[in-house]
Amino acid sequence: MSESYNRGLIEDFGRWREFAPGMWAWILHKFTGWILIGYLFTHIAVLSNALGAAGNEAKIAAGEDIYTTTLQGLEGLFLIRVLEVGLLAVAVFHILNGVRLLMIDLGIGLEAQDKSFYISLVVTAAITVASVPTFMTGVGA
Amino acid sequence: MAERYSSFTPGGTGWLLQRVTAAFLVVTLAFHFFLLHFVNHAYEITFAGTQMRMENVGYLITMVLFLWAAAFHGVNGVYNALVNQGLSGTPKRIVLAVLSLAGLALVAQGTYVALVMNGMI
Repeated sequence: MSESYNRGLIEDFGRWREFAPGMWAWILHKFTGWILIGYLFTHIAVLSNALGAAGNEAKIAAGEDIYTTTLQGLEGLFLIRVLEVGLLAVAVFHILNGVRLLMIDLGIGLEAQDKSFYISLVVTAAITVASVPTFMTGVGA
Repeated sequence: MAERYSSFTPGGTGWLLQRVTAAFLVVTLAFHFFLLHFVNHAYEITFAGTQMRMENVGYLITMVLFLWAAAFHGVNGVYNALVNQGLSGTPKRIVLAVLSLAGLALVAQGTYVALVMNGMI
């Protein structure tokens, strides 16, 4: 058994200059997690426009129902497209770092956990940058 | 072995479910982003298109399970983050109750919306 000691609050962010890569990974995983769960509530709220759209076949066929017009209205905004790219970056990092954490939980790659964090960052950046053209297609058109 | 820093209890149900939902969400979140931003584009989404996808029972079940897993994983994650931050006693019980209610409301509303999109309701 290891000896127990008082480590204090690990969320003492005033010590950020002393943080190792594993700590930054932990902070970023938490930060991206907060954004994702916050977004999920917003997402379901916006998609709830489906309740007002359902049943009105003429408007649905014409693409003039409240669900379609709300989503397409939002997608017409440059700010929403930028936020979507940000959301992609957040989701990709959370997924990659999550896989890293699952592996570590399984006892795989603990000795390389700092390297796998850097790889998560680089792959997140690459996927995000490569996705910008797709996310910006037809904005404001 | 070094001191464990996690607030999760290894071997506990919450600890295990957080990891089981994580493994499921890795696949479903990636699939969701890929399908609705790269195969279909978000700016082209229409109710008719959503309805067509949701009428596929396999897709509907996947999306509902995705919602349930994400709601649990997110709410449980927030709760444990706050416990890590030092939350304890009565505030801890209040936060657990509020987060549980918010999570259940999210799951109920999201499932209802999915069933309406499917045409079942």
